[in-house]
Amino acid sequence: MLILECPYCGVKADETELHPGGEAHLTRFGPGSSDDAFESYLFMRANPKGVHFERWRHAHGCGKWFHAARCTVTLEVFGTYSAQTTEPPSDIIEKIAARRPGWAKESQA
Amino acid sequence: MSTRLAKGGRLIDRATTHRFTFNGRQMQGYAGDTLASALLAGDQMLVGRSFKYHRPRGIVASGAEEPNALVGLGSGNTFEPNQRVTVTELFDGLEAQSQNHWPSLEFDVGAINAKLSRFLPAGFYYKTFIHPRPFWKHVYEPFIRKSAGLGKAPDKEARDPDTYEHFYAHVDVLVIGGGVAGLQAAKVAAQSGGKVLLIEQNAHWGGRAPVDGGTVDGAEADAWVSATLEELEGMANVTLRARTMGAGLYDHGYATAYERVSDHAPGSDAPRHRLWRIRAGQIVTATGAIERPLSFAGNDIPGVMLASAARDFAVNYAVSPGDRTVVVTNNDDAYRTALALKSLGLSVPAVIDARANGGGALMAEAEAQGIRVLKGKGIAKVQGGARVTGVEICAQAGEGATQETIACDAVAMSGGWSPVVHLWSHIGGKLTWDETENFFRPDPERAPITHDGSAIVTAVGAANGHLGLSEIVSDATSGTTSALKRIGLSVDAAAPEASPRDEAPMEPVWLMPQGAKRALRAKAWLDFQNDVKVTDVQLAAQEGYVSVEHTKRYTTLGMATDQGKLSNINGLAILSQALGEGIPQVGTTTFRPPYTPISLASIAGEAKGELFQPIRRTALHSWHEENGAEWEPVGHWRRPFAYRKPGESTHDAVTRECVATRESLGLLDASTLGKILVKGPDAGRFMDMLYTNMMSSLKPGFCRYGLMCSENGFLMDDGVVARIDEDTFLCHTTTGGAERIHAHMEEWLQTEWWDWKVWVLNVTEQYTQIGVVGPKSRAVLEKLGTEGIGKDDLPFMRWIDGNVGGIPARIFRISFSGELSFEIAVAANRGRELWGKLIEAGQEFNVTPYGTEAMHVLRAEKGFIMIGEETDGTIIPQDLGLHWAISKKKEDYIGKRAQERSFMDNPERWQLVGLETTDGSKLPDGAYAVAPGNNANGQVNTQGRVTSSYHSAALGRPIAMGLVHNGPDRMGEVIEFAMTDGSRVPAKITGTIFFDPEGEKQNV
Amino acid sequence: MKRYSAFALAREAFRNHQGWERAWRDAQPKKHYDAIIVGAGGHGLASAYYLGKNHGIRNVAIIEKGWLGGGNTGRNTTIIRSNYLQDPSAAIYEKSRSLYETLSQDLNYNIMYSPRGVMMLAQTEHEVRGYRRTAHANALQGVDTTFISPKKVKELVPIIELKGPRYPVLGALWQERAGTARHDAVAWGYARACSDMGMDVIQKCEVTGIQREGGRVTGVSTTKGDIGCNKLGIVVAGHSGHLAEMAGFRLPIESVALQALVSEPIKPCMDVVVMANTVHGYMSQSDKGEMVIGGGADGYNNYTQRGSFHHIEETVRALCETFPMISRLKMLRQWGGIVDMTGDRSPILSKTPVENVFINCGWGTGGFKAIPGSGWGFAELMAKGHSPLTEAFGLERFREGRFVDESVAAGVAH
Repeated sequence: MLILECPYCGVKADETELHPGGEAHLTRFGPGSSDDAFESYLFMRANPKGVHFERWRHAHGCGKWFHAARCTVTLEVFGTYSAQTTEPPSDIIEKIAARRPGWAKESQA
Repeated sequence: MSTRLAKGGRLIDRATTHRFTFNGRQMQGYAGDTLASALLAGDQMLVGRSFKYHRPRGIVASGAEEPNALVGLGSGNTFEPNQRVTVTELFDGLEAQSQNHWPSLEFDVGAINAKLSRFLPAGFYYKTFIHPRPFWKHVYEPFIRKSAGLGKAPDKEARDPDTYEHFYAHVDVLVIGGGVAGLQAAKVAAQSGGKVLLIEQNAHWGGRAPVDGGTVDGAEADAWVSATLEELEGMANVTLRARTMGAGLYDHGYATAYERVSDHAPGSDAPRHRLWRIRAGQIVTATGAIERPLSFAGNDIPGVMLASAARDFAVNYAVSPGDRTVVVTNNDDAYRTALALKSLGLSVPAVIDARANGGGALMAEAEAQGIRVLKGKGIAKVQGGARVTGVEICAQAGEGATQETIACDAVAMSGGWSPVVHLWSHIGGKLTWDETENFFRPDPERAPITHDGSAIVTAVGAANGHLGLSEIVSDATSGTTSALKRIGLSVDAAAPEASPRDEAPMEPVWLMPQGAKRALRAKAWLDFQNDVKVTDVQLAAQEGYVSVEHTKRYTTLGMATDQGKLSNINGLAILSQALGEGIPQVGTTTFRPPYTPISLASIAGEAKGELFQPIRRTALHSWHEENGAEWEPVGHWRRPFAYRKPGESTHDAVTRECVATRESLGLLDASTLGKILVKGPDAGRFMDMLYTNMMSSLKPGFCRYGLMCSENGFLMDDGVVARIDEDTFLCHTTTGGAERIHAHMEEWLQTEWWDWKVWVLNVTEQYTQIGVVGPKSRAVLEKLGTEGIGKDDLPFMRWIDGNVGGIPARIFRISFSGELSFEIAVAANRGRELWGKLIEAGQEFNVTPYGTEAMHVLRAEKGFIMIGEETDGTIIPQDLGLHWAISKKKEDYIGKRAQERSFMDNPERWQLVGLETTDGSKLPDGAYAVAPGNNANGQVNTQGRVTSSYHSAALGRPIAMGLVHNGPDRMGEVIEFAMTDGSRVPAKITGTIFFDPEGEKQNV
Repeated sequence: MKRYSAFALAREAFRNHQGWERAWRDAQPKKHYDAIIVGAGGHGLASAYYLGKNHGIRNVAIIEKGWLGGGNTGRNTTIIRSNYLQDPSAAIYEKSRSLYETLSQDLNYNIMYSPRGVMMLAQTEHEVRGYRRTAHANALQGVDTTFISPKKVKELVPIIELKGPRYPVLGALWQERAGTARHDAVAWGYARACSDMGMDVIQKCEVTGIQREGGRVTGVSTTKGDIGCNKLGIVVAGHSGHLAEMAGFRLPIESVALQALVSEPIKPCMDVVVMANTVHGYMSQSDKGEMVIGGGADGYNNYTQRGSFHHIEETVRALCETFPMISRLKMLRQWGGIVDMTGDRSPILSKTPVENVFINCGWGTGGFKAIPGSGWGFAELMAKGHSPLTEAFGLERFREGRFVDESVAAGVAH
C-alpha cells in the first residue's frame, strides 16, 4: 500500500488515490519512425529489480500526472517530480546515488 | 478430570452465570470465562477430531495459537465454523458444536484412519489413487473431499444478519500488543505527544505478566498494568482498543487490525467486527511469545497441554486441567506452572526436566515445595486414548526404554518459547537465530523498511526475544524511543525497575527422548490439527523434499488454521536434524497475513447489498423506474433496456418502441453519453491528434462524427464532435467511454504535449441530453416553441443554441437512427422538466420513450457501428469501412503509426458487411463463419463472425452485421455460420445499410 | 525409479517407509548439456520433460535459482480451463487441459487433476455477448463449452446468489471438463520424471551470465560454475527481463504482484470453479476444504511477492455478494505472486535474437493451467525450431501488430 507525494498538490496520497501509468520518460515515435523504434516505444519496458522511473496520476485527487523514482524490490521512494520533463531531475538522481552506491541510470534494463 | 476450583480466578465473575450448550449438552460457566475455560470447568477435555486421522483432540493452548479446539458456533444465519474456543468469550446462550467427526465426537468412524496411519504417511496421495484414471474424479476425490474440510459449511442460503464496518486511523505510532511491553511502549510513545494507537487481541490487558508474576516499578505486575492502563486512558493522544488484533502489516506503514466488537455480546446494535485500516508513522510490535510443545509419543492425547496454558486456566479462570498434572520441560519457565498448580492445592506428581542438571532458582523453589523433580529425563510415551492416564518416563539421552510410569490425567509441556515474529515478517523483516534461547528473533539490522528506506517496525519485549520483565520494560522503552526518533519525536523516558530474569538456560529438545525409536517418533506429533508427525518430516527429507517450503507442502506441516504457530519451529528442527544442517540454514517458511484468521465479512465491510457499488443515475432515472424500465447496467450507470407495458414481453416492447420511433416520435435518454469540452488556442491541433478525422477544419456551429484510436491503432471510441467556437470543441463519447476518454486526453496533454494550450473538462453530468427522434420530432419541438430548426435553418450535422419549452437548450441535429432527429442538451437540473414537457406535448404523436435495445436495432438497420459490438479492442477503423473518417491529409494522429504495421495494413483482415440468412433465421451474436479445412492445431478454419444481430421491426426480418474475410469484395456470396450444436446456417453477404439506403428520412 | 502405486505404498508401510528413494536426484552440474532450461517451475520442468519424452533430448539440465516449483507454480489458484476465445490461445490451453487429464498416469505421480468444471459468470449484457461468442469459437476449436442459464448455474453452484442487487447472474460460460489440480504436485511430478530420464534438476544454482559466440549461445555462467549447452531455454516468468538482458535483448514484459487468499477449511459446499470477471473475483474449494480465492493484480512494477490490501478487499466484497454464505468464513492466509505481463497479456514462446536461445514467459495471471501445453509446444520449438502451438506467440508479433488479445471476451482474470 504505497504512499506517494503528489508534487502538484502536495498531498501524500494513498495508492488507492493513484493510478499507475508504467515506465516514465518514453519518447513517442509516430509516422515515419522505424519498426524497431515504434515497437520499442510501445512495448519494450524497463522492468528493473531496483530503481524504476514511472508515471502515476493523482486520479482521485488533483488529476495530475507525475513521475516517481521508486525501488521495485524494497518499495522505497526516492522522490516524485513533474511529469513535464524528459529526464529525472538531478536532485533525485543524487538522492538515489546516495542510497544506492554504484547505481547508474544507464544500467537499468 | 478437569474441574472448577472453589476459589480464585482473576478474570471470572462468579456472580454471573452463563449457560451454554456443547453438542447439545447443557453446560455453564461464568462471565469472564472463555469457551475453553468453561468447557474444561465442565470436564470437557475432548473437543474435536484431527484433520487426517480423526484422532481425539483436546485443548492445548489458552490463546490465539490453539490448533485443536475449533468448534462451530451458533446456528442458521449466524453459524460460524472453526472458531477457536480459547479466544471465544463465553456469553449466555452460546451454542457450540465440535467438528470433523461422524457420527459423534466420542465415537468417530473416521478414526479408522488412525489405525491405517502406517499406510497414510506424508504425501501418500501423490503415490496412489493414480489408477484407474476415472476413479480419481468419481471415487477417490469425492471421498477425500468429504473426509477433508474441518468445520461444517454454513447453509447454502444463509444470509449474515450482522453488520461490519471499517475504521480508518492515521497515527504516529501503532503499538500492537497490550502486555507489559506494549503498555510500556505506548506510555513512552504517548509522552512524545504523538498520536498513539494501542491494540490488544484479548479482552483483557497485561499479557502473561499478571499470571506469571513479578514486579514493575515496585508494584505487582497486575497492579502496574491497571495503573498504566488508567494513565493511558486519561491521555488525549492515546487510543486503546482491546479485542483488536494486529492482523497484517503492509507497505509504507499500512496495517490492518481486526476488532471483534460484539462477538461476545450478540444481539447488540454494534457491528460484529470492525476492520481498522491504519497508517502509522512507526509500528511497534509487542506481540509476545508463544510456548512450544515437546515432541514425544502421545503428545497429542487430550490432557496434554502447554505448561503456560495449564497455568493460565488455573490462575485466570480457576480451572484445573487435571487432578494430577505432570510437568515436562526443557526450561525453567514451566516450573511456574508446577508452582501455580501446587499453590492451588492440586497434585503435581513430578516435573520431568530434560536437562541433565535441571533448572535454577524456580526448580529449587519447586523442590522446596515438595515437588519431585526428575532431571535428565523425558517422556517415552503418554498413556491413554481419549484422555491422558499416565506417562512413561525414560532417560532423555536414551532411546525410550521405560524406567517408571507415573499416573496422571494431565501433562503440562514446555519446549521453550518462540517470539511472535509474524507481523515483523509480513513486510520483509528478517530473522536471526538466537543460539542461547533457541528461537528466531527479529534481526534489528534487517528491519522492515518504509518509503524513505528507514525502519518502520520495531519489535519489543518478548516479541523481540526478551523473556524477563526487567529486560522487557527496558527493551520496550529503548525500542520505542528509537522508533520515535525516526519520525522526529523525542522523549526522555527511563525504564522502570522490574524483576530481573533469574532462570537457568534452556536446552533445545527437538525430540524426546533424543534417540526415540521409530515406533515412538511415529506417535510424536508436530502439527496437531493436520496430523503431521516427526516421521512425516523425516520421510519428506528422505525423499528429497528438503527445502523448507517443500517439506511444508509435502507434509502439510504448518498449513492448518493455526498456520504452524505451535508446529513450525519443531518441524524445522526435525528437518534440519534430518538434513544435518543448522536451523538457520534451513530457514523458515513465509509468514503471511493475517496473524489469525479474520472474517471475510469484515474485509468486505459496509460494501454489501445496495452499498456494494454506487449506481449512477441520470436526472431521468426515477421517471424510467416509474415507467416500467427494464434496466441494463452500462458502466456504473443503469440505462433502460426497454420500457415494458403490462402484459408485454421484452421483445414486444422493443418492437413497439422501434415502430413508434420510425413512424412518429421516440424519446431517448442520452444523458449517459460522455460530453467532454476541449478548449484553448491549440484545441484544433489537439483534436486533430485525438481523432482520425480532420477536426480543426470543422466550423463553429457544425458537427462531425469522429473516431478515436489508441496509440496501438485500435478503435477505442466514437461520437459526434460539435465545434462551439474557434477555441472550443464539445466531444461526445460512448457511455462507457466518458471517463476513459477524458483520462486519455489528460494523459496526452499532461505527459506528451504539455506545452499545448488546451484544457479539457468532463461535463457529462452537467447536462441532460434527450434524443427526440422520428418524423414528428420537429413538430413536437415546434409545439414547445422551439425556433430555428427548420430543414434549411438547421441542416443535418449542425447545432444551435435555443430553447425548448422555455428551457435554454443546445439543439443538435444529429441522428443515430436514420430518422429526422434532434438531441437536446439542457442543464441537468432542468432535464426532468424538459422530459415531462416532451412527453406531454408528444401525446398527440404517440410519443414513445425507447431503451437501449431499440436504439441498437435502429442503428443496426442503418449500418451504424457500435463501439463494443462491432469493435472489441482488436478492430481498426479500416476494418469497418470507415476509411472516409480517416484523414489522408494529416501527418499524424494517435494510432496512425500503429496502423502502418504489416499486420494492420493488410488486405487479409476481416471487414464489415451485412449478412442475410437464406432461411430467414436470426444469426446468433458471435457466431463464426467457417472456411474449408482445419488449421495446424486441428481447429476448424474460420472466415468471419457476426458482430450484431437483431430482429428488424421495420423490415420484418432479422438483420445482422459481421466481419468477413475480403467481405466487401464478396457481395452476394453465401457463407456458412456454425451453430454451437454443430449445424450450419447459410447467409448471404450484403451491404451494411438495411433501411432507407438513400437517407431520405433523415434529410427532411 | 521405483513406481508409485497402492501396492508400493502397502509394501513400504510394512517396512516403515524406509525404502522410498528421493523423488529426484540431488544433481550437480556436468560440463555440458544438449539443452539447458533455466527455471525449474512448472513450465521449465514440463519443457524439459517433453524435450526428453517427445524429442529424445535427454542430456538436459534444469537450473533453478531457488527451489523447484517455488515461484508461481506453487502460488496460484490452480484453475485449469481452456475456454479461450482466440484460436492460438484455445489451442495451447486445450492441449494443456487434455494433457492434464492423463498427467498423473504419464508421470506416475498423482497431480490430482479434478475435472470439476469451471464457469465464468456473465453479469452484464456485454459479458453475455462475449461468452456466447466464446462458446461459438470454442465449438470450432474443439473446446467443449456451453453457455448456460441462471437456473443451471444455481443447480451447479447451490451457494450462489443469482439476484445480486448490482450485477445479477445472466448466465455463464461452462466448461465441464475444466477444473483444478494440486499445484505443487505438478512441479514435483515433472521433476521426478525428468530426473528419471537422466536429466539433472539443479537447485540453488543461479545463472549469472549467458555465454555467446558469434551470436549463438554456448553456455551459461552460474553460481555453480560455467555450464556449456547447445540450446538454452529461458523459462523464468517474472525474472525474464533480467535473463534477457544477460543475453542482450529486451522483452515487452512488466512484472507486477497478483494476489490470492484462502479461507479456513470447511466441508464441501462448492464443487465447481466460479469466475466472476465483472466484479474481479473467482473462487473454488480445494480438496482440503479451503475456499481458494483469486484477486486482482497491482498496476505497478513490483518484485515483493506482496500486494496491496485494497485488491483483497475488492475481491472479497464481490464474492460476499455473489456467495453470501461465505460471509462468516474467515480468511486464513493471503499471498502474492509476481506475474510477468506482456503488451497483449498473452504469453511469449519464441526464438530470440540470440541463436539457439528460446524464451517462454509472459504467462501473466494464467500460467498454471498452461504448464503441460506450454512445455509440449516449447519443447517442440526448441527441438525443431517451430511448433504450431507456439507459432502465434512469437516475439515478432509486437512489431507486426499481430496480437493475441483475450481481453476481448471480457476475460480480465485467468
